[in-house]
Amino acid sequence: MAKRILIADDEPNIVASLEFLMKQKGYEVRVVDNGKDALDAIASFTPDLVLLDVMMPAVGGYEVAQQVRANPAWAGIRIVMLSAKGRDVEVSKGMAVGADAYVTKPFATRDLVAKVKELLGE
Amino acid sequence: MNGGPAIIVAALAYLGLLFAIAYYGDRRADQGRSLIANPYIYALSLGVYATAWTFYGSVGRAAADGVGFLPIYIGPTLMMVLWWVVVRKIVRISKGNRITSLADFVSSRYGKSALIAGLVTLIAVVGIVPYIALQLKAIAGSYTLLVSHHDAGLVAHHQTVPVLADTAFWMAILLAVFTILFGTRHLDASERHEGMVAAIAFESLVKLVAFLVVGVFVTYGVYNGVGDIFSRAAEHPRLSSLFAPLGGAAGGYVNWAWLTLLSMLAIMFLPRQFQIAVVENVNERHLTKAVWIFPLYMLAMNVFVVPIAFGGVIHFGDAGADPDSFVLTLPMAHGQEAIAMLVFIGGLSAATGMVIVETIALSTMVCNDLVVPILLRTRATYVAAQKDMTRLLLAIRRGAIVAVVLLGYLYFRLAGEAYALVAIGLISFAAVAQFAPAVIAGIYWKGATRAGALAGLSAGFAVWLYTLLLPSFAKSGWLPASFVEHGPFGVELLRPYALFGLAGFPEITHAMMWSMIANIGALCVVSVMTRADLAQQAQAARFVDVFRHADGEHALPDWKGRASIPDVEALLARFLGRERAQSALEAYAQRRGFRSLRELPADAGLVQFAETAMSGAIGGASARIMVAATLSEDAPSMEQVMAMLDEASQAMAERRELEQKSRELTAATEELRAANVRLTELDRMKDDFVSTVTHELRTPLTSIRAFSEILHDNPDIDTAERQRFLAIIIQESERLTRLINQVLDLAKLESGRAEWRVVDVDVPAVVRDAADATGQLFSAKEVPLDVRIATGIPPVRADRDRLLQVLINLLSNAAKFVDAGTGRVTVDVGRDGGNVVVGVTDNGPGIAADDRAIIFEKFRQAGDTMTGKPAGTGLGLPISRQIVEHLGGRLWVENAPGRGARFAFSVPACADGSTAVPPAEPARVR
Amino acid sequence: MKTPSTSTTARLAVLFAIGLVAFNYPVIALFDRAATAFGIPVLYVYIFGAWAALIALVAAIIGRP
Repeated sequence: MAKRILIADDEPNIVASLEFLMKQKGYEVRVVDNGKDALDAIASFTPDLVLLDVMMPAVGGYEVAQQVRANPAWAGIRIVMLSAKGRDVEVSKGMAVGADAYVTKPFATRDLVAKVKELLGE
Repeated sequence: MNGGPAIIVAALAYLGLLFAIAYYGDRRADQGRSLIANPYIYALSLGVYATAWTFYGSVGRAAADGVGFLPIYIGPTLMMVLWWVVVRKIVRISKGNRITSLADFVSSRYGKSALIAGLVTLIAVVGIVPYIALQLKAIAGSYTLLVSHHDAGLVAHHQTVPVLADTAFWMAILLAVFTILFGTRHLDASERHEGMVAAIAFESLVKLVAFLVVGVFVTYGVYNGVGDIFSRAAEHPRLSSLFAPLGGAAGGYVNWAWLTLLSMLAIMFLPRQFQIAVVENVNERHLTKAVWIFPLYMLAMNVFVVPIAFGGVIHFGDAGADPDSFVLTLPMAHGQEAIAMLVFIGGLSAATGMVIVETIALSTMVCNDLVVPILLRTRATYVAAQKDMTRLLLAIRRGAIVAVVLLGYLYFRLAGEAYALVAIGLISFAAVAQFAPAVIAGIYWKGATRAGALAGLSAGFAVWLYTLLLPSFAKSGWLPASFVEHGPFGVELLRPYALFGLAGFPEITHAMMWSMIANIGALCVVSVMTRADLAQQAQAARFVDVFRHADGEHALPDWKGRASIPDVEALLARFLGRERAQSALEAYAQRRGFRSLRELPADAGLVQFAETAMSGAIGGASARIMVAATLSEDAPSMEQVMAMLDEASQAMAERRELEQKSRELTAATEELRAANVRLTELDRMKDDFVSTVTHELRTPLTSIRAFSEILHDNPDIDTAERQRFLAIIIQESERLTRLINQVLDLAKLESGRAEWRVVDVDVPAVVRDAADATGQLFSAKEVPLDVRIATGIPPVRADRDRLLQVLINLLSNAAKFVDAGTGRVTVDVGRDGGNVVVGVTDNGPGIAADDRAIIFEKFRQAGDTMTGKPAGTGLGLPISRQIVEHLGGRLWVENAPGRGARFAFSVPACADGSTAVPPAEPARVR
Repeated sequence: MKTPSTSTTARLAVLFAIGLVAFNYPVIALFDRAATAFGIPVLYVYIFGAWAALIALVAAIIGRP
């Protein structure tokens, strides 16, 4: 059974790159461009992992993460936060809301893919 | 007939009587049972003011002038009204400073200046000499009259008589001897001569009695009362004109006024008056009686002057008779020898009284203020070697007495014939009047300095010499008469009686005017131009403020000094400021159970309190010194005190400065704190900006890197995808570049480091260029662009490229936000007052009211809450606004009619407003 | 003895001023005419009378220090 990946980012070009990378690895990919849709998608799509951009309109990445972690049904979902802000405080904040990993943009594709694989237990 | 010898015997007897009284008075004083500690004696002794001048001369003046003799007595009466205040002050000062003569007083006030002392003495001696001559003239003349029974009066042709045969000469010698016996039997540290005062009081009585007797005789004996005399006078052609003389007489009222003033000053500054009124005063309270008794005395003395004068004229006619002698000749003419003798004694009494007191006063000054200082300077060792100075001093004084009297005689020989008695006397009055400015200023104006006093005295004296003394020699023939008539060396402007052309005034008035102008003028001008040194300042304070130390005479039981509440208050005020001092004292008074600080006893407790209070300001040790110095009896330390006060006040000034600085410092700190807050805010904003920029830069970089890696790691990607990915890379690179450029641009604009090429710009042309540049955007979305340009658009001063940048920004925004196909965008260029206005209107979604401000913020775009992120950096509008505002204009957004938004900006037009555009072109549609 | 009280000083100053005016132009000019009172020229009467009055006033003011 292929793992499901949800990509939530409001930059279409970044989404495109992430989509390509995930699909190349054989994951099933769903794409949203804002936090609200992300939550809906998590509910319906039930991904195994979410690639979550922090800066999104309306509902941002942190809030999504909080909501996910608040829901025991989604405890198994892995969250990888993506952000152009890489300061320590941001990273700590991300880990504090329950992310499993925090990746700063621009990222190395290989590293990202490796991290995803790791988190999915492969 | 009174024979010469009888007269001489009578005279000597009288003088002997005076001497006995004086002797008795001194004896009583030594026993401590003073004869003269009596206000009536004091008041009577002031009667020494009335000399032979009064006795003989008033009548003479009245006969010539009517009431013209009276100012000499009205003046002192008026002065007595102020006596209570002015002379009290002088007496208080003199007692407090151990002052024993007029020269001493003036010199002490101006810093104990030996120079001033000497000058005052000199002026006094020179000035009084004529006055003494007057007395000699009167006595000798009256003697001669009595003896020889001439009707010619007191004019006795003495100038032709050899000296040794001259009665006047022997009179002078007699007077000198008598004075020496009177006044120099011993030295008294306070220069008081109780016996002399007693004798003088007695002789005042004698004078008065004698004059009243002759007055009564003439009025009721010779005539039938005052009315009778006047009715007869009314028939006498000349006398009747004297009924109302003032308006017609020479100088009239002016003269009258000046004479009044002159005698007001004389009653204070004649050396004999100063001696009696100030030096000999035993008790201040005596002044209260003197104030009215003495004027009453003068009134009584003068009541019969006019009757005698008129009576004499009526009796003797105008021919030949010397009116000065009427008091003698009238009784003599009626065979009243006894009265004549009484009158002679009265006149003698008047003259001797004057000579004695005046020469004693002068000799004191000559000795103490002239000779001794010179001795100390030139023969100090000799002086130091003297074990007993008293013999030397007495010898000096005796010599001085003889010298002064003989000088009087000399003047009498040289100049005495030319004048009536009164005129001579007035010359002396004018001389002593020169002391008035220095003394009066000295006791009321702390700013009067020694230099000023010296200048005033010298100037006044010089003028007096020139306008009165020298001419008197000329009148007697000892100086050429042309000196008076035509001025020295023929310089008319410097005529002594009409200086600088001021003619028409009697000599005295003229001299007084000029000398007072010179004196007061020099005193004031030089005083304000010079600074008094510490010693002078101390003395000035002692003199002017003498009344501040009221009730200071009581020595307090357990406090050696004399402290008074005002003293303590003043002292504290110096260091604590007036209000604090007062409140501190009030509080202290309350603590001690008194209702107010006025009730505080000036005791050791108060002093202690003062000390403590001051140590807060100047330290304990200094406070103790201050208290000891100012509140103790030891006067000379005033100088030290002044020095300390200067230091202390300097310290206070410095402290005030420090307080001021610390206040300023606090204010500055506050400002710094506020600035710090602002800076922190700005810092945070900068941080935000930086982080936002970083974020914005990293976002396209992410795509670029990701796709670059993908393409690198997957060489087998199919072409379509590869092209797609490459396009993205290119696109994002462009985006990145754009962003970087705009960030830099904005940074330059904001920091003012951008380069501006400001020229006259034709706005319509720029608009058309912008429309061309963005044409692609519009055609791609099939949105028409309307360009509407009004007529008469003046050029603006702007950077053309920047203006283009703004227009392109606005147009591309419009293009971005309108819907494809249905969108319409219009550009209009118009004029509004002094501005050119350009507007870009679209029918897109418009800008919500809330967003109107936000869209101009950096990195903010309308549509953050919308789905889908619009392309663009979010920096376009901020940059545009920066540019427009730099050009002096405004950029704003408003709602378009219907749907959409209108972005508009205005730029100030060129001043001349010339049109630089061809008429409006038809709208071009693209 | 106390310092001269200000009211006494003030009164004396006023009296002095009055005296100055009374014995000078223009007041004295009022009497400067050839008229007589009690057989005596008014000028003389006035001067001596005013003089006596002044003395009395001074005595009254000073009278109680």
